[in-house]
Amino acid sequence: MIVFALYIAIFVVSWLLVKLLVHRALNDFTARKTVTFGDESAVRPSRIASVVSILTIFLLWGAFTGSTWVPKFLHAPGPFVGDASFTYTAEAEGVAPDDATVTVRVFPVGEETEDPQVDPGEGWAKNDAASVGAWRSGLVRVDKNDEYGRDQGHTIVAVNGTPIAPGGEVMTDYGRVGMSPKGTLNFEPAKGWQMEPIWLPAPEAVLARLVEISRDGYRDSTLWEHLGWSLFRVIAGFFFGALIGIPLGYAMGLSDWFRGWFDPIVEFMRPVPPLALIPLVIIWAGIGETGKIILLFLAALWIMAIAARSGVSGVKISKVHAAYSLGASKVQILRHVIIPNSLPDIFTGARVAMGVCWGTVVAAELVAAEKGAGMMIMVASKFQLTDIVIMGIILIGVIGFGIDMLMRLAERKLVPWKGRG
Amino acid sequence: MSGLSIQNLSMRFDLPNGGSVQALKDVSLDLAQGELLSVLGPSGCGKTTLLNIVAGFLAPTEGKIILNGHEVRGPAAERGMVFQQGALFEWMNVRDNVSFGPRMAGQRERDYGATVDHLLEVVGLRDFKEKAVYELSGGMQQRVALARCLANDPDVILMDEPLGALDALTREKMQSLVLKLWKETGKTIILITHSVEEALLLGERLLVMAPRPGRIHREYRLPFADLGAGQDLRAVKKHPDFATTREEILGMIWDMEEEIMGRSEAAGGA
Repeated sequence: MIVFALYIAIFVVSWLLVKLLVHRALNDFTARKTVTFGDESAVRPSRIASVVSILTIFLLWGAFTGSTWVPKFLHAPGPFVGDASFTYTAEAEGVAPDDATVTVRVFPVGEETEDPQVDPGEGWAKNDAASVGAWRSGLVRVDKNDEYGRDQGHTIVAVNGTPIAPGGEVMTDYGRVGMSPKGTLNFEPAKGWQMEPIWLPAPEAVLARLVEISRDGYRDSTLWEHLGWSLFRVIAGFFFGALIGIPLGYAMGLSDWFRGWFDPIVEFMRPVPPLALIPLVIIWAGIGETGKIILLFLAALWIMAIAARSGVSGVKISKVHAAYSLGASKVQILRHVIIPNSLPDIFTGARVAMGVCWGTVVAAELVAAEKGAGMMIMVASKFQLTDIVIMGIILIGVIGFGIDMLMRLAERKLVPWKGRG
Repeated sequence: MSGLSIQNLSMRFDLPNGGSVQALKDVSLDLAQGELLSVLGPSGCGKTTLLNIVAGFLAPTEGKIILNGHEVRGPAAERGMVFQQGALFEWMNVRDNVSFGPRMAGQRERDYGATVDHLLEVVGLRDFKEKAVYELSGGMQQRVALARCLANDPDVILMDEPLGALDALTREKMQSLVLKLWKETGKTIILITHSVEEALLLGERLLVMAPRPGRIHREYRLPFADLGAGQDLRAVKKHPDFATTREEILGMIWDMEEEIMGRSEAAGGA
């Protein structure tokens, strides 16, 4: 909730600041156009906003994980670390109540630590020492070293002077002191607002993990093997999908019989999410490469068939007529008019298919695989290796984005006439 | 026997609701080699249907078309067509568009190269031959379409409102170009247009068609195409007969439109 409020605050404040500080060149044509509010074509993404947006994400991520990349004063309050202390008041049969101090050493999880040395002090209730990891909690058996134990009716009645009963709690400067139903104290040091690394590691931890895994690999395979296998599956599945789907789409676009025969199949299979096919494919083909490539083939097939079909139906009849009246034969019309005319649609389909295949391969690897990006994050999540999971998600995103960029580039190079008919 | 003969052509389209539309009824026409015919008429008079039948894209319900002694069946390179717009192949550059016909006929670059370059020169696109067609203006695109048609050396050129989408100035230039090409090549041309002025300027013969059913209403033989070839078209428009013929034809088409309106109003009222 706090993070969300902060995010909105940064959004608004940076907007206002940029508005105040950056004056747009008013003679710019687009700037003039924006006079008409509601003209969508005049809306350009503000580069400054994009940069601030990305920085904000990293800032919030760093601030709430105590990252070294973010200056200390921007950190959200971290968990309490150090020596905490509180006093308790104990009663026992036949003696006056006595006070003693508990010193708890709160240490970052993963570091070696020892209980602090304390002087037992005066009175029958002795001072205690304990240690608890940050973000954890620990029971403190304060009666253990006292002169009267539980057998003598040792009962804690107050913490820091505040009365406490079983099931109750007292908030101290260092954290919460609770009492179990049996009367044992439980110290939970203040957690602060930062996330514990097992839930959300700091960005530099993720980067360090990336460096480590790209050097040493993970689960007997290098990082490049994991990513390479995922990519290989996508490309192989897409290749076969296009190999069958495009001719199928052409046939459906050019022949009544093919259209009638395959329409029900294609129209039925198209809305079936490829993920729903995973169980069946595993039953039929197992969890090996064949199964995955069949799955991706099926994911790409219908998209490519529909793209090719609409590419054929989209040809302007005047172009076909023009080719006929210039003496072209049917084969020549297919080769020189229908196929080139359908390429823009096929490229659009290919972009969609590659995106779907990439999503499907990751999901399929989550289910079962020996290598692959999805397998990497799935296995890591089972060991609560959140840094690997986040690293994997980022890499999957970057590759998906890269695929789309490459497809767009290829589209611009190969079908420059797209949308210019 | 050379020339184009359209004999008792009728075309009826059956509608899905059981009715039918008589797009053409008993249209007959003889065109000698090298004649330039323009066809005018209100919308729905079947002029585009007529052109599509001559091109071979449609088979008539009745009647036939004889070109140079042979009956026409299906589209062929002997009858080239120039469309209003959007019929260029945007995946080819200007020169590849123009050389499309010869290439499809299996000719080599050395066979057609000179002709294609000459045609590009004639239509004024010599410096644009490597450009993509979508980079050209509408007028230039129609020049490409004209050159592409001529490169195939057809016997008859069919033009379906080729200048309809152009602005007035470009249109005037293109009209001169069409006349010039007609004179130079001696092709038989059928030109469909919506513009009475264009029909007068470019028609050696002018056909006014009437709708429902589509039929020939009246035919003119005009001197303006011959006068206009090689000179300023604006001078031709000052010819005394030009204005009177234009008014006469405009009135004729106006009456037809009125009649259609009246008929559909009567149908609506009943």
